[in-house]
Formats: sequence, structure tokens, C-alpha cells
Amino acid sequence: MAISIEDVEHVARLARLALSEDEKETFRRQLSDVLEHARVISEVDTEGVEPTSHTLPLVNVFRDDVARPSLPTEEVTSNAPWAADGAFRVPRIV
Amino acid sequence: MDLTFSGALEIAGLIKNKEITSVEAVEAFLARIDAVEPDVHSYINVSADIARERAAAIDSRLSAGDDAGAFAGVPLAIKDVLSTRGFPTTCGSRMLEGFVPAYDATVVERVNDAGTVMLGKANMDEFAMGSSTENSYFGPTRNPWDLERVPGGSSGGSAAAVAAGEAPWALGSDTGGSIRQPAALCGIVGLKPTYGLVSRYGLVAFASSLDQVGPMTRSVGDCAALLGLIAGHDPCDSTSIDEPAPDYLTGLDGEVKGMKAGIVKELSSDGIEPGVLERFNATVKALEGLGVSCEEVSLPSFEYGLSAYYLIAPAEASSNLARFDGVRYGYRTDLESDDIWEMYDETRAAGFGGEVKRRIMLGTYALSAGYYDAYYAQAQKIRTLIVRDYGRAWDSFDVLVSPTSPSTAFKLGEKMDDPLTMYLSDICTIPVNLAGIPALSLPCGLAEGLPVGFQVMGPPLSEAKIMNVAYALEGVLGFEPRPPLD
Repeated sequence: MAISIEDVEHVARLARLALSEDEKETFRRQLSDVLEHARVISEVDTEGVEPTSHTLPLVNVFRDDVARPSLPTEEVTSNAPWAADGAFRVPRIV
Repeated sequence: MDLTFSGALEIAGLIKNKEITSVEAVEAFLARIDAVEPDVHSYINVSADIARERAAAIDSRLSAGDDAGAFAGVPLAIKDVLSTRGFPTTCGSRMLEGFVPAYDATVVERVNDAGTVMLGKANMDEFAMGSSTENSYFGPTRNPWDLERVPGGSSGGSAAAVAAGEAPWALGSDTGGSIRQPAALCGIVGLKPTYGLVSRYGLVAFASSLDQVGPMTRSVGDCAALLGLIAGHDPCDSTSIDEPAPDYLTGLDGEVKGMKAGIVKELSSDGIEPGVLERFNATVKALEGLGVSCEEVSLPSFEYGLSAYYLIAPAEASSNLARFDGVRYGYRTDLESDDIWEMYDETRAAGFGGEVKRRIMLGTYALSAGYYDAYYAQAQKIRTLIVRDYGRAWDSFDVLVSPTSPSTAFKLGEKMDDPLTMYLSDICTIPVNLAGIPALSLPCGLAEGLPVGFQVMGPPLSEAKIMNVAYALEGVLGFEPRPPLD
């Protein structure tokens, strides 16, 4: 399965990754190789087979709605590259 | 006696009997780390001062007659994928360089409660993606058995640390073989528990339906002991199994006579190096000598396991790694920009390494409109077929066996330009993760001076059984996990 540079650019946009021209070409080639190898799965007859997203027979796991202490704001923001006044800062978005 | 090549149970006994102190144990390992780290590079960060302080505190408690835990004062290495409160947790990535967690992973809390002393955070492939530990932003780890070769991955730092005598035992994580394959390549024991047996709270997520934390040790006894410390329900992980974990250590009696083992044809013939196959076959003979009947079994869907895995795991990763956006924690681009989208794109471009980007791209592609059904949905159906193949096998067999890795340790750089060849290193370990079952790798000898791993797989929650098989084998194989490093 060969994918094009346009495919690579589209996926990079979805994944929010800036790629250099070299990276685009490398990924085009490598992703094509991996997808070509993965093509064997399309040969398998999976008619009527349910997909497995998870191997445990779990449905919903609930806990009692009891308030618990949470981390203080200073600790939560202490790893942020840019924080002020107890908030994360980002470039203006509106 | 060389403390650094003693097991954790042995060291725990020495400390308990006051033959040595925790400080002495910690100092012995720190000295060994100083001596071999320039060659091996098992650790991203060594926590020498914290370890010394903690060991001294434990020694005081012990001299006062306090109960300081079942493994009071025993040193331990922790893969840098697990959150450690107040100590850097990088995941081998520039993205988390300098990140200091505000809380401990549940497994870290549990090993701390047992009195263990962390020596440092072990090196790994970035975000646990890789089979050689060459994808670490902080530089590769080298195999203690041959410094020109990789230790395997992604828990290569944990495996090399234990093999080189830089830690008596370690915690690793396994998404597609990341505990078992490096354990095999470094000649130690590694176990991937049943999905849900060990809490994932505080484990930096790679592929959430596959990830498990597990022990990496010098012996099966230590493996059982460490699993016993970390297994069991955790309300902070909603996929944690709500059942009490057994005492694994008392279950090790080596009584395996009359058991049935299936040799998985698809994992133990094509593409396996002759030296590995020879050790594998010899180990099957040893197993038969213990009274276990061994017979070949074909699990046909395994042929598609690798392909299914390299769609499912990257798909989950592409979603999990969306959180690294330069806002709440981690790296942010230096680029001055008024555009938040550009900030995201550039932060992720510079913060992630090549393999992580490749998997994010692959996963995003597999999940994108027009390809979802052909790739991701089809891979999940293949996953069902693999679960069914295992299910049928458990009707006839107690355990299944195969080589852990198709090859012994390969040379640094050998597979770095060819991702597909690198991915093929995981061919024997991947079906286990897709089915959520437990499996262990036991060192079963050397091929041309390099360790070979023997994989024992069992039904869900059969850890006690697969460890007992490995324990019986360990007794007759007589493998001495000590590389010619000095």
C-alpha cells in the first residue's frame, strides 16, 4: 500500500506534527512499508467476528461519589512551561 | 560474597538478619553503578542521595525494632515510565525532560511501602516505543553481555541494570514484549502479568489496552516476590481486576509433573535464529525431563498478530500522546508564535523523536476517515481470533511455550533505519499482549555467548502456574546470570 506525500501531510495535520520535507519523504516510504506488511490482515475472513478493544469482561466501573482531596494548584501548574496566577498560559486563541 | 550479584530475597534476608545494613547494600550498588554506568548506561537518573537518606532512615527504624516492610532496605531500579513523586520522570523523551511528578504511581507506592529503596530511573525507548532502547533521547543502553549490542527494549535499562549488577531487581513495562524481550536479551527473568492484575495508575500510557507493569529479576523467586508486591486491585485504575492476588512465593514448589505444554508452531519455527532454536529445543527436552509432556500446537491467527499489533498499538498511542501539547507539562517550543496551532505543531515536532512520530503518524492514519474499517477495525477482529486461538489451546494445554525473541541481542544501529525489521523483533511476544494473558521469559542458556530467553505463557491469572514451570526449569538449567563485564 503506497501512500503519497499528500497523505503524509494530511495525517501530520491531524496529528498536529510539523514535519520537515525530509521527514515527509522518510515517513512516506516507511509507512508504506509497514502498511504493505499489514495488508495481510485484509485477507482474513472476519465475517461475523466481533472486534476486541479490551480483553477484560468489564463494563462500567463506578465508585461512590465521595469528595476526595485533590492536588494543590501550585503543584499542578509546577511543571507547566508557562503558567501564571494558577492558570496555564497559551498564545491568544480568541 | 558479591552483594551486587545477589538476588533481592537474599539481600532482604541479610538485612533482616542484621548481617548487612540497607546503607551497605545501597552503597554496594551505587559503587557498581559508578563502575559500569559509563559503559552500560542503564539509568537516565540515579537517585544516589535520596537512596542513601532513605536507606539510613530504614536502618534506624530496623535498629529500633520497627517493621519497615517485607523488603526493608532492598535496592530497586524503576523504569522511567513510572511516576515518582518529586523525582524526574522522563519516559526517555525530550518532551518530559525535567518533568517532576506530583504523585507516585500505585506500583511505586507499593514497592515503597514494602521498604524498597529506589536507586534510580532506568533508561528506555522513548515512551516505551522500541525494541532496542536506542530510541531514548538520553542515549542508548548497551548490553552487558556485549557492549556492541543492544539490551533489547523498551525496558532495556531495567534489564541491563539487573544483568550488570546495578540493581538486584527492577520494574519494567510491557506493551508488546518490552519486559520479556530485553529480559531474554540480557539473560534475566521478566514477567508480563495478566492485563488488569497490576495497576496502571501513574504509568505513562502508551497503548492503554495492552500496557502492563511487571517484574524484571535475577531469579524466578525474586520475580514471584516482586509480583506479589505490585499485584492487586487499585481503585485508581478502572481496568484493575477486583480480586485479591495470591501469595506467589509460597506457590513455587517445582511440582510440574503431569502438566501439558504446547509448543506454538507459529512462534518457534520460521524466522528463528538457529542458535536460539537450539537452546529452545534443549529447554523443551529439559521440560520433558521434568515430567511435562510437550506437543506442537498450531495457532494459525498468530501469523497476523504482528500486523494487528502495529495498527492497534500506534492507534492507541496516537490518542494517548495527544496530551503532550506544551501546555500543562513538559517541553514547549522556543518559537515565539501568536498562533496556538503553530505552537502545538512545533512543540510536538521538536519534543518527540523519530520513532514516536512514526507511530503517531501510523496510528493517526489507521484511525482516519476512509481507513478505519480496513485497518483499525480489522485489526481488532484479528485480535478476537488470537484470543480464541489461545482459548482453544487452554482446553488441551496448561501452558504454551516458544522462544521469547527470534534472535539474540543484535548490534547497535543494525535495525535503526528499517522500522519494519525492528518491529519483527517482537513477533513472539506480541500475541500475549493482544490476548491480555500472562507470560514470562526465563534465561535458558547462551548462543555464541549471548543469552537466549524461553517464553512460558498461560491462561489469564495463571501467573503462579507459569512461574512454577519456570522455577522447575531454572532448577535444572543452572543458568548463571552474570555477564563477562569486568
